[in-house]
Amino acid sequence: MVVDYFFSPEQKLIVEVADRIGREYIAPYALKWDEEEVCDPRPLRALALADLFGLFIPKEYGGLGFGTFENCLVIETLSKYCAGVSTTFAASGLGAYPILIAGSKEQKEKYLPQIASGKKLCAFALTEPQAGSDAAAIKTTARKEGDYYVLNGIKQWITNGGVADIYTVIALTDPKKGARGASAFIVRKGDPGFVIGKKEKKMGLRASTTTELFFSNCRIPKDRLLGREGMGFIIAMKTLDLSRPGVGAQAVGLAQGALQVSLNHARQRIQFGQPVYNFQAVSHTFAEMAMRIEAARALVYSAARYIDSGAKGISAASAMAKAFASDMAMWVTERAVQMMGGFGYMRDFPVEKMMRDAKCLQIYEGTNEIQRNVIARELPKFVKPLEIG
Amino acid sequence: MRFMVCLKPVPEPGTVRVDPETHTLKRESATLILNPADRYALEAAVELKEKTGAEVVAVMMGPPNAAPLLKEAYACGADEVYLLSDRAFAGADTLATSYVLSLAAQKLGAFDLIFCGKVSIDGETAQVGPELAAWLDWPSVIWVKELSPVEGGFEVVRVTDEGEERLVAKTPILFTIEPESNDPRPPSVKRLLEMLEKDVPTLTAEDLGADPARLGLEGSPTRVLDVFTPTYEGKKELLEGAAEEVVEKLVSILKERGLI
Repeated sequence: MVVDYFFSPEQKLIVEVADRIGREYIAPYALKWDEEEVCDPRPLRALALADLFGLFIPKEYGGLGFGTFENCLVIETLSKYCAGVSTTFAASGLGAYPILIAGSKEQKEKYLPQIASGKKLCAFALTEPQAGSDAAAIKTTARKEGDYYVLNGIKQWITNGGVADIYTVIALTDPKKGARGASAFIVRKGDPGFVIGKKEKKMGLRASTTTELFFSNCRIPKDRLLGREGMGFIIAMKTLDLSRPGVGAQAVGLAQGALQVSLNHARQRIQFGQPVYNFQAVSHTFAEMAMRIEAARALVYSAARYIDSGAKGISAASAMAKAFASDMAMWVTERAVQMMGGFGYMRDFPVEKMMRDAKCLQIYEGTNEIQRNVIARELPKFVKPLEIG
Repeated sequence: MRFMVCLKPVPEPGTVRVDPETHTLKRESATLILNPADRYALEAAVELKEKTGAEVVAVMMGPPNAAPLLKEAYACGADEVYLLSDRAFAGADTLATSYVLSLAAQKLGAFDLIFCGKVSIDGETAQVGPELAAWLDWPSVIWVKELSPVEGGFEVVRVTDEGEERLVAKTPILFTIEPESNDPRPPSVKRLLEMLEKDVPTLTAEDLGADPARLGLEGSPTRVLDVFTPTYEGKKELLEGAAEEVVEKLVSILKERGLI
């Protein structure tokens, strides 16, 4: 980090603990997990024992009561070591947001302490085979039958599928109304008719698990409804507004890791009798990488702090942080591979993994094209006409 | 039940300097970390506490700048932490160190179990644990890898050079814990935050009622005469001339030295 962001003593302490988990519980194994596509419980246990799953959950529900900013600091720090592990971590937070946003006191008391302790992982289920960027096109239904809702449908590409115990699921309670007929539910692993589908084979983020979810007459008690019927789409959009800076933070950490690995290499790799870092084509590339990382970090931190201020119109800031930082990470990791040449392309070194990991950050939690839609939609609220002369 | 865990601050590898006068490590100047083996001892004690409801007291002899490591121990599950710190302790060998720890064990007790790491990465003697048991006139079991409460004591599996031994130990007893026998937890952020503004309680020689003659360099029968980095000088001899001559010379040199 070139700039001092003046973290509080508490924030410094949180970063130190996250960094230690990265160094001790993640770094030595990250390439192995990627190769073997393993979501290892050991770093998750460490994160749980360090209380980090409860970082942004209010104290009254067993958390530490910090905000989006501190959560971003942890995600950034972990992502330097493995964006796959940080995906599992951040996706549990993503799944918890709908409960925080719309849960009743009873629901919060029941579920949030389990999530905060890391004893139960969480997942968020919105995407379907026919409803990706067009999230309003979801087809999963939740039919009310007496004291129960009965869910039917398929969710796709769900991070933490199978490893999570608590799923927040968006389904249509009134299919005729489309998005306005969507509602949010809590589904538990083991609920009748709830089946975890196949594990996806991914390009990157392979230390995290992604699966399909099947709901086949899945019967859940009616008190699993979050908020009211018809609020599902709003809850989902609010959830994504809150979580997207976390993807930005992931991108910043990932790019930072790529910078550290490749810069060290360039200063040691001797060609033409000197370190390749001495060549301007190389050193300027690193200068450019560092500038872009710092710019993205500043944007992510600002967006996160803006959210924590309690501001209402956060969608554009959140989308900007996510899209800008993940585009940056894709560029930086690709350059890191190039700067390391053949070494960068080999799976013995982490930068090719980082490049594969970075790609997903431009895609998940809303593609970067959708982020630009969000930003463009919001812009007229923020950009006032300026008359000069 | 009440457990004591002995922890040692050690210099982070690469940051250590040696005092040219006393030939001991200049601990004040180094970046200190918890001795890696001691983290397994702390974890073993905390895991056993979770099973038995015991209290865990972490004790460390060291300079004042080692105090943050005890905050870390608290955050890793210790209920109480104490720094044993006094200028008079400086330069202690394993005997003087274990003497001070034995005083702490008596003052802060009564303990049922004491946990020590197997060995420190700086001294590498593995003596302090068994010596502490000797000061207290307790038995000790070293290189313990598994530990579970049973009727009348603890069932213990210890590693030996030949294999493993399974035995039942009665309290009070001291264990040294085999590294890699558990997965030491990271510090809890919640507990670190609790300690952020707090001072670590410190006990001096006077607090412990120590005999000054048994402390520090004076109380240490071990004398470090010199500490040095061995240097290896490769002597080289360049043979010049035509290839045949050089080969002849080389062969005769090798024969002379009995190498061929």
